[in-house]
Amino acid sequence: MRIPIETFRLGNGLSVTLSEDHTAPIVAVNLWYHVGSANERPGRTGFAHLFEHMLFQGSEHVEANEHFELVQRAGGTLNGSTWLDRTNYFETVPSNQLAIALWLEADRMGALLPAMTQQKLDTQRDVVSNERRWSVDNQPYGTWWEKLPALTYPDPHPFHHSLIGSFEDLNAASLDDIAHFFATYYTPDNAVLTIAGDFDPREARELVQSYFAAIPRGNGKPALPDMSLPATFGGTLREVVKDDVSLPRLYLAFRSPAFGSSEYYAASVAGAILGMRKGSRLQRALVREREVATDAAAFTFDLPKGADILVVDVTARPGITPARLEAEVTREIDRMRLDGVTQSEVDRAISLIGTDFVVSMQQASERADQLSRFATYFGDPSFINDQMNRYRSVAVEDVDRFAATRLGEDNRAFLMYVPRDDGENAESRDTVGTDAALVTA
Amino acid sequence: MTTSTRPQPGPAREYHFPSFERRLLSNGLTLLVAPAHSLPVVTVLAIVDAGAVAEPSGQEGVAHLAALALNEGTPKYDGEALTEYLERLGTSVGGSAGWDSASLAMTVLRDNLENAFVHFAEVLVAPTFPAAAIERLKGERIAELMQIESEPRELADEKFDEYIYDARSRFRLPLGGSRQSVSNLARAEVAAFHASRYQPSATTLIVVGDVNVAEVERMVSGELDGWNGSIVLSSKANDKPVRTSRAVRIVRKEDAPQSEVRIGHVGVPRTHPDYFSITVMNAVLGGLFSSRINLNLREAHGYTYGASSSFDWRREAGPFVIGTAVASDVTVPAIQETLKEIDRMRAEPISESELSLATSYLEGVFPIRYETTAAIAAALATLVIYDLPSDWYDSYRARMGAVTVKDVLAAARAYVHPDSLQIVIVGDAGAVREPLEALAFGPVDVVNP
Repeated sequence: MRIPIETFRLGNGLSVTLSEDHTAPIVAVNLWYHVGSANERPGRTGFAHLFEHMLFQGSEHVEANEHFELVQRAGGTLNGSTWLDRTNYFETVPSNQLAIALWLEADRMGALLPAMTQQKLDTQRDVVSNERRWSVDNQPYGTWWEKLPALTYPDPHPFHHSLIGSFEDLNAASLDDIAHFFATYYTPDNAVLTIAGDFDPREARELVQSYFAAIPRGNGKPALPDMSLPATFGGTLREVVKDDVSLPRLYLAFRSPAFGSSEYYAASVAGAILGMRKGSRLQRALVREREVATDAAAFTFDLPKGADILVVDVTARPGITPARLEAEVTREIDRMRLDGVTQSEVDRAISLIGTDFVVSMQQASERADQLSRFATYFGDPSFINDQMNRYRSVAVEDVDRFAATRLGEDNRAFLMYVPRDDGENAESRDTVGTDAALVTA
Repeated sequence: MTTSTRPQPGPAREYHFPSFERRLLSNGLTLLVAPAHSLPVVTVLAIVDAGAVAEPSGQEGVAHLAALALNEGTPKYDGEALTEYLERLGTSVGGSAGWDSASLAMTVLRDNLENAFVHFAEVLVAPTFPAAAIERLKGERIAELMQIESEPRELADEKFDEYIYDARSRFRLPLGGSRQSVSNLARAEVAAFHASRYQPSATTLIVVGDVNVAEVERMVSGELDGWNGSIVLSSKANDKPVRTSRAVRIVRKEDAPQSEVRIGHVGVPRTHPDYFSITVMNAVLGGLFSSRINLNLREAHGYTYGASSSFDWRREAGPFVIGTAVASDVTVPAIQETLKEIDRMRAEPISESELSLATSYLEGVFPIRYETTAAIAAALATLVIYDLPSDWYDSYRARMGAVTVKDVLAAARAYVHPDSLQIVIVGDAGAVREPLEALAFGPVDVVNP
């Protein structure tokens, strides 16, 4: 399987990727802006995400809420999302509606500010506050999203602070902040555009040219502070959170190689051996054999700058204390660190990753998003076609080397959730020789 | 040119739902095959008339448990070896149960299909249900129920169903069973449920992807020809509401920053002749982002991150429910706005613009929904479970587009009942009880999770 790719760049710096596929009469439009919560200034946590909401509030030629309506009326689906280092906007529409999707994206990239009002900002601030309550504060374990980066990226590293932001900072955001953020980051030279699916490439080029070419280039954005970090935390980090949860859950994170680096693929395979599906080590040992966990998983944040994290996430069975859960998980981690992995485990992991990759490529929206990802992070969307080769070249020794150097006590961050009324079972210890902040809720 | 002029769409390109062929094997098994060759992927999905409504009384949760335990061992391999073998082929075979059917599914790369299917067939037909695995899965289900007690969204969904259905309705209890019913399940009951319900005549095998019909027929016959069984009678769920007058229940969650709100009543069965007008009506009321309820609660008032309505489609009547999460102090105003929208929906016709938004959306997203082999297989499963005609998807868009403003008004008046609305709130009882009583909507009670 090869994803077809054609690229070009407009005079204003906008990078464009086209990927034709005529299986179904639908087309995906996907824009990544290279800005995320990492770019926020102090006192404005949550701003990148609040701003994402404002991008659906209309622009010079689009009324408030009309963006959603026009795409849905065209028979399309749409949304946007904000991450630590990027923000994306995407729609999938019937192929005869490509123009409206591109037009909407161009109008808000070129002419957002005429439509911004204090009232819209106030309403979206309320919406985002409710999103925070819904997804973080009123959700068991919901605070892990902000506690784990805070624990593993030392203040003032750009990934340290909360993505969704504090109520206080959200309330402080002003229309001036909106204008400033827009002018700085929402520029064609800080964005990539991908069109994937059923379209005529000549027509698509013409549409992109006519809608986007007149948007002026930006004036550059402030450089992020140095993102680089030592290979390990330099100690064991700990935080214990008493929460409205029924069962203890451990998030155990390891600082790991940046997304896209050659070591990244070994880390990703190690994660799959530990936590991908029922045949993974944690599922087999902790869920099936020893029955101390109800579920286990492992994943990476896929951050390409500075350092990534590999996270293992295990929920206790009823009656299993946090201390026991931690000991059982640690035992499996140590086993991998000391004894390494087998060829058969590596094969299993790569086989599963390979199937998932092909399955995900069935969707135009997913192809477009991945192409935008590689274009944004590495300036080359064709990296998508190297991914499986890079996974297949991972050898047992690569995984063993990752495990030996990154899974030790000098590189572990334990974020343990314990039931509020059961706190006496939790062990709360102090941070040991760390460079990261420790917060105990 | 810039963005000063709005573009108009070009002519729509044709789309057809993937064509599929039906075969009836000599043992009564139905086979549906939909070739789709864009990528080397195949989804295999078995649909069995073994959903939760078929459970013997007192064994609530056995359908779910049986489906889940299918892959815990076959005569040739134990669960661990089976998992290992399939995952090395890049796939897994997983069972689950719904109200009206159970399913077993796998998505696999083309080259591994035949090797994986050997095990898929054994898992479906000859699971060994080891006692230790059954006990472990029961424990996991009980842990899941404990988790739900502290998870406001799912808790609200569960408590709503429990609050609106008749005391003898299976729909009152969670699909996977309650703590008590699951604790009491025995291995023998799981095995007996499988033995009685998993019959070839009650099973449809759906294969979608990079295959042709003849090779699938050969492969399936090779593995499943020897599977013989008896006729299974379909079960019919009791879908009666417990009461027809308005009532309010608060499920206590102290200090909750938000109220999870559910408003609705028992809805209508999936095979209802007014399915299309009900679907369009729901899209306008709360089904779309640009629906009345979402625009009101989210965009006009900022009360919530989102609000939506839905009909939960089952063979018998599933719930019609509006769901949202709002800050405790605006719980009652948010409920009042929702009730206003329900009344408005029934009082006057929607605008032509609202109608065209809903119908053009529902027609337009149709091809976007069926991009993957798994989604096409799920669509075919819908035909099987609700016994819909083979040309259902071919006529779907025309029928959706034929719904009128008058149909929508009639659907709102016939299938949304303001006088029998039930409200369930998971939230801070101390903060919301008094204003709810002052609302005088109906009697209010407060319970623990």
